[in-house]
Amino acid sequence: MFPDIGQPIADAVNAGVRWLVVNYGGAFESFANALLSILVPIEQALRAAPPWLVLLAVGAIAFAASRKIVLAVVLMVLMWLIGGLGLWEQAMQTVAIVLVSVALAILLGIPTGILTARSDIARAILNPLLDLMQTIPSFVYLIPAAMLFGLGKVPAILATIVYATPPLIRLTDLGIREVGKSVMEASRAFGATYRQMLTGVQIPLALPSIMQGINQTIIMALSMVVIASMIGARGIGETVLIGLQRNDAGTGLLGGLAIVILAIVFDRISQSFGQRLQSYRAARG
Amino acid sequence: MAFIEAAHLTKIFGPHPKQALARLRAGATKEELLASGGDIVGLYDVSISVERGETFVVMGLSGSGKSTLIRHLNRLVDPTDGTVTIDGVDLMSLSIRELEHYRRERLAMVFQRFGLLPHRTVAENVAYPLEIRGTKRNERRTRALEWIETVGLAGYEDRYPAELSGGMQQRVGLARALCADAEILLMDEAFSALDPLIRSQMQDLLMELQARLHKTIVFITHDLDEALRLGDRIAILRDGALVQLGTPAEILLNPADSYVRAFVKDVNRARVLTVETVMKPPPLRLTDETLEEALAAMQREGARIGYVVGAGGYRGVVTRDALDAAIAGPHGSDIGDIVMDAPSIDAGASLAEALPATLASAYPVAVIDEAGGLAGVLSTERVGEIFTLPMENEEKPGVPAPVPGANAAGK
Repeated sequence: MFPDIGQPIADAVNAGVRWLVVNYGGAFESFANALLSILVPIEQALRAAPPWLVLLAVGAIAFAASRKIVLAVVLMVLMWLIGGLGLWEQAMQTVAIVLVSVALAILLGIPTGILTARSDIARAILNPLLDLMQTIPSFVYLIPAAMLFGLGKVPAILATIVYATPPLIRLTDLGIREVGKSVMEASRAFGATYRQMLTGVQIPLALPSIMQGINQTIIMALSMVVIASMIGARGIGETVLIGLQRNDAGTGLLGGLAIVILAIVFDRISQSFGQRLQSYRAARG
Repeated sequence: MAFIEAAHLTKIFGPHPKQALARLRAGATKEELLASGGDIVGLYDVSISVERGETFVVMGLSGSGKSTLIRHLNRLVDPTDGTVTIDGVDLMSLSIRELEHYRRERLAMVFQRFGLLPHRTVAENVAYPLEIRGTKRNERRTRALEWIETVGLAGYEDRYPAELSGGMQQRVGLARALCADAEILLMDEAFSALDPLIRSQMQDLLMELQARLHKTIVFITHDLDEALRLGDRIAILRDGALVQLGTPAEILLNPADSYVRAFVKDVNRARVLTVETVMKPPPLRLTDETLEEALAAMQREGARIGYVVGAGGYRGVVTRDALDAAIAGPHGSDIGDIVMDAPSIDAGASLAEALPATLASAYPVAVIDEAGGLAGVLSTERVGEIFTLPMENEEKPGVPAPVPGANAAGK
């Protein structure tokens, strides 16, 4: 009773991927190498740095973002606990992947969000694509990604970007669209160009929303590390995976705890940075 | 050509403005357009012209199209039909770049909801027009601080708008517009969101600044008192059409239709009208006539009294009785010997101020202009006419026309 459309689709995709590998393998590889040339130095630096320096850096960044000494100390203690769990090296690998993924997600996501805020057509086209990116199981695109870029960090980063960028695009778009009409009109009336309105009014006023998006992106990137470890990315995800494969609940839990701690650290820092950006709103009205 | 010319402006909001315009011209009503195509007529065939240095008020209730009209003057709204010309430049002919340049250099705007940038301090908000123009940071700050002081906000320059009251926020809005140093000031219900007391303070501030700066101001309001107070001329809009355009006195004394009449009904004329807008020409002006000539003129005019004007301006009155007595008496006296001091009133005074002197006098009181000369007279009867203008029936004869060339009231 059903026509067989599944098999032709699967065959076509397989043929397509193979065709890409055969004809453009070199291009994909050089792209992967370019990405690695960013990631590897960061990872090496994080791993080579003495842990106390990293702990101090976390404390300093937390204090710079929040101006709260207690928060900075708490976050340092949490990071120190990761070392205590015996997962410092892995945590640094994970942090490197998350940082690079999030940086790329920001580079892609904010301009795309600005575009969809400006154009309803762009938004109409991108919206279903964003839905797809957020709902389709990661393994589906991890398979061709691993074939094209090889196993390891690069497909992990790409998978993370695919999964973690949509909320940033959506929140950037939302933040810009929610900038008050009266403020925009005032800006226009004084002769502001599109660029001046964007940089002087829209982005500053959308920043709390954009920061919320970046926060979401970071958390989602962290939640991808276990999946990423399945295609050979090193890091804490690997620890969880080992626990799963060896039926070792304890090891799995340790990895899970370390991921949660990293999530808390990233979240608190980015949240308090976002809150300070909108301190003018707290003023009594 | 006037400084700002808006000619035959029509604005139709909706899915098919051009077809709607054609149907409107063919006689369709606004209700029909809305029902059949969802097109809303914002303005229909409105023409106004504003002179340089004038304060031009556009008055109307909400939905009358006044905000749409003012937004045509800086092309925040593009007309469906009609033209806007400022200082000889057709705004519709400008490219986006040229339009932005034009807005930066020539126009500044104050908004009903202030339109301040919440993430910037007062000083940064005031300096915003300069920032857009690319002025250096230091100069920006210096000039912003000057204007902040002018509007009475010194000391608040580093606060955020949310920390200020509504009246203070609008002072920031006004300072920002003035800081742009543009010759045209567009004020869209600028004081409507403020408390009555604050509003009146802001009106004072605006008039004080205008006396110094001589901007060309287009002011939108739904408040007739405000319009009468600020406007050199007033345009009254209703449902997107121009109902009447004239000086405050013209609108008060000659309302064009029942709509305007309903508006002006409750206005306190004694406070709004000035003496010069309602005074009559003096019945008999005497200068250097002999007593006999003066008596002859008085008999010719049937006057009981003459107003004597000398080289130094208005001197006083002579009565018929005094003339008769002087002629019957010893020879050699002239008008100067028998002139009597009499009360006089200033041409610029409000009727309310002139009322006591007018009512106390047995004959029409002389009105003195700024130079001290005799400008006209104001009689008790004339005052009575003004306060009992036949308002309910516009065709009734005897509605007095304002004195030609009379200046605006309420200044």
